[in-house]
Amino acid sequence: MITSFPKLLGATVVTLKLLSASLFFGLFLGLFFAILRLNKNIFINQFAYGYSYIFRGTPLLVQIFIIYFGLGQIEYLRTTFLWVILKEPYWCAIIAFTLNTGAYTSEILRSAFQTIKPGIIESGKSLGISNKTIFYKIQIPIAIRQSLPAYGNEIILMMKGTSLASTVTLMDLTGVAKYIISTTFKPIEVFIVAGGIYLFMTFIIHNVIKYLEKKYSFQE
Amino acid sequence: MELLAFGKTGWGDELFYATLMTIAVSITAMLVGFFFALIFTPLKLSKYKTLNLVGNFYTTVIRGVPELLVIYLFFFGGSGAIMYVASIFGYYEYIEINAFITGSMAIGIISGAYSTEVFRGAIQSIDKGQFEAAKVLGINKFGQFYKIILPQMLRLAIPNLSNVWQITLKDTSLISVTGLVEIMRQSYIAAGSTRDPLFFYSFAAVLYLLLTYVSMKFINKLEVNYSRGY
Repeated sequence: MITSFPKLLGATVVTLKLLSASLFFGLFLGLFFAILRLNKNIFINQFAYGYSYIFRGTPLLVQIFIIYFGLGQIEYLRTTFLWVILKEPYWCAIIAFTLNTGAYTSEILRSAFQTIKPGIIESGKSLGISNKTIFYKIQIPIAIRQSLPAYGNEIILMMKGTSLASTVTLMDLTGVAKYIISTTFKPIEVFIVAGGIYLFMTFIIHNVIKYLEKKYSFQE
Repeated sequence: MELLAFGKTGWGDELFYATLMTIAVSITAMLVGFFFALIFTPLKLSKYKTLNLVGNFYTTVIRGVPELLVIYLFFFGGSGAIMYVASIFGYYEYIEINAFITGSMAIGIISGAYSTEVFRGAIQSIDKGQFEAAKVLGINKFGQFYKIILPQMLRLAIPNLSNVWQITLKDTSLISVTGLVEIMRQSYIAAGSTRDPLFFYSFAAVLYLLLTYVSMKFINKLEVNYSRGY
């Protein structure tokens, strides 16, 4: 139990790297698709809806497998520069996680945009602020505050999702835990240590989000 | 398309049975989850701090730890635990648990944690007067919960339970690591032997989409049915 701890802690770094990279890219992707969802053009918003429907309706495992095993099958891709990225399981995992979290984030942000009272936007307009400024300086900050609790849940779900990277040969926390279990046959001890590390991360994320919620709440 | 033919030439029938297996595991896991939820929801709502602690421990740990890790615990630890119990009763042979049972137990415990939270929320949103009225009528604790509160809270819980069902359905794809032949495992086998992973994994994605779509339609109907009179 004690000897496995440093190994698992080392693997936590991989998990955190995967998590932060996919959350970073996923946030932009989510914002992009949330804006598309609010577009009045039916083709554009149906496209965004289709994206989020497909990625939320299929298991993350399928998505990783399609990207890691599936895309390598297309001969054409192998000749382009994309292959440099797609042959690495690390990048494949990040792409899959980004697309997945992007879908969920777009739904969270969309509902946040829709809860903004029209009066706020109208008062911005009547003050003569340009549409662009209203969007970036008024709508986005309010939407971010509105979506914090749901986004906190999404971060925790994504942290658990990174465990699937172990299925494409990446040695993240779960991957190393599985390796130790299958070599030492001590599933319960390893589970306690690895599970403890995950719980600790959940705990920290939960409290950071709680702190941010308090900091950015409007009520004094 | 000939890859999907039924019979010996294609993978159609295998994938069909695999889909049935996914549905079977999901339903079993959901029921196991309900069983756990019925135990842990009263614990979470109990007056006693110790019981609260047990309930909170269950939901916090399961919801904070990746599903895959829980499945590995059951997969590698399950037969060991059973054999340990059996050895107390003087049975020393090797016992292997069915992958179906391990899988649906693991997913069931995960789904149970989510169901517990849903039920807790639903019970807490029921009017206090209902509890008091039941008490005044002299109905015992058991009757209060199962005859008065449960039917009312089901209506409130169904929309959230449909989310839990979706999570459970998607989590079953993770049991493929234990070797149970459901959609994901069958696609893996098919992709390996035909060297056509893109097609089979995409087809698996379509199957999952189909399952979520059909179950959503079904649950929406249930929801309408249970909200009659509101």
